[in-house]
Amino acid sequence: MNFSRVAAVLLRIVYLYRGSPQRVFPLFMWVAVDILLWGFLTRYLNSVSGAGVNFVPTLLGAVLLWDFLTRVMQGVTMAFFEDVWSRNFLNFFATPLRTSEYLAALILASIGTSLISLILMIVFAGAAFGLSFLSYGLALAPFLMTLFLTGIAFGVAATALVLRLGPASEWLVWPIPMIVSPFAGVFYPVAVLPVWMQAIAAILPPSYVFEGMRAVVAGEPAPWGRLAIGGGLALIYLGLASLAFAAVYRVAIRSGLIARYSAETVS
Amino acid sequence: MSAPSNPVLSVECLGKSFGKLRAVQDLSFQVSAGEIVGLLGPNGAGKTTTISMVLGVLAPDEGRIFIDGTDLARDRSTALAHTNFAAVYAPLPGNLTVEQNLKVFGLLYGVERLGERIERLLDRYDLTRYRKTKAGLLSSGEQTRLALAKAMLNKPRLLLLDEPTASIDPSAAREIRAGVSVLVDQGRCGVLWTSHNMVEVEAVCDRVLFLSHGRIVLEGDPKTLPGEHGVGTLDDLFVSVAQEALKPEPAR
Repeated sequence: MNFSRVAAVLLRIVYLYRGSPQRVFPLFMWVAVDILLWGFLTRYLNSVSGAGVNFVPTLLGAVLLWDFLTRVMQGVTMAFFEDVWSRNFLNFFATPLRTSEYLAALILASIGTSLISLILMIVFAGAAFGLSFLSYGLALAPFLMTLFLTGIAFGVAATALVLRLGPASEWLVWPIPMIVSPFAGVFYPVAVLPVWMQAIAAILPPSYVFEGMRAVVAGEPAPWGRLAIGGGLALIYLGLASLAFAAVYRVAIRSGLIARYSAETVS
Repeated sequence: MSAPSNPVLSVECLGKSFGKLRAVQDLSFQVSAGEIVGLLGPNGAGKTTTISMVLGVLAPDEGRIFIDGTDLARDRSTALAHTNFAAVYAPLPGNLTVEQNLKVFGLLYGVERLGERIERLLDRYDLTRYRKTKAGLLSSGEQTRLALAKAMLNKPRLLLLDEPTASIDPSAAREIRAGVSVLVDQGRCGVLWTSHNMVEVEAVCDRVLFLSHGRIVLEGDPKTLPGEHGVGTLDDLFVSVAQEALKPEPAR
């Protein structure tokens, strides 16, 4: 791994964000809208449910964590799409740049953008709706790390998909978190799902995170063993997604796709 | 013709097919340091396919490519560190400024004392006043000059220029030809140059390779080659090769 080349790709992304408020704005805007929407919904549910149930940590906390995963995935895919849109693959891959270095830069870009969004979400949800995420302290780290690894895996898999099928397949990428969320038990226990959906949930790392968070919020001990399974699965998916990207890149090199990548040339 | 000494590019028995189309077949040639080799041929002859393979963005089906002695298939990063290119179909990212583009690509090529190098290239290609201008806002001639500045960043041993003067005015084109010639005359760099401008090819290239149906059909000195084939100019020779190319490929 050559860090100068990783820094080069990362620098390009930094330049793009620095010179374009349109790119910076979504980092803040959509998470703020989500927190507002779900914050008021939880406040309303608290007022009508009675019995001292507090929906803030269960619902608003779940939204915050799910938004974090979505931002991590989009951090990778957006950085990749910048090269798709500017048809930059030939320029980049005719240099000594390796695919591992390119992917590392996309992941570093995602760490930067998703951390900005996460900090904003925690501050905003705490100030406006009293969500006290930081009270969980370092115990929160494994939950966030599992979601982070899953988001990166989704992002890398999505870039492989677009590289293979062409820029027009971008629309397949955006709904991935939405498609996964019903199975991941973001807002409800996995036990309420039908058996076939539970089977899918069992192979999704986020389901272990959200089950674990619900246990912690309910005052039970954190199920570290279950969380370790989720983290392990996330690592496996990240490895598989990276292998998929490398395989798609090899196909693209054999077919000449990298040299002439555009919506019109990919079939 | 004898093989050039000190080759910076050595292409051996290269072949590439796209489905049933044999884009390049059994292609072998060398480019030595201090030499400009013209790669000529009609559209579809295999020039861009060959350049893509030399740039490592298209894998050959057969054959090997050595850049400055390094096997491209075995050590892509080392081989490409000694290479650079400028092509009309590969504009630099339009949403970065001229200076930002040069910084990004300078880091990719691991250029030492990058700041100084960029200043020198901005000056040489008359881009200093555009340093803060986004590349996408430059005229096509200015974009060509930027592509050439990028191509010179790493002082490449092998320079691939695909129609480098296609969109610039004659005066700027002359300066660019002179600049490349000076670089080559220093004996450090070899150039593979494609162009449809035969006057330019004759003025710049030490040797030309005519491609047709992905094969080299003629090779020689652009100044003497037309006479050797009974035509007056390189332009006439190109036309006769192109007309041959329109005929169906003989069965093998």
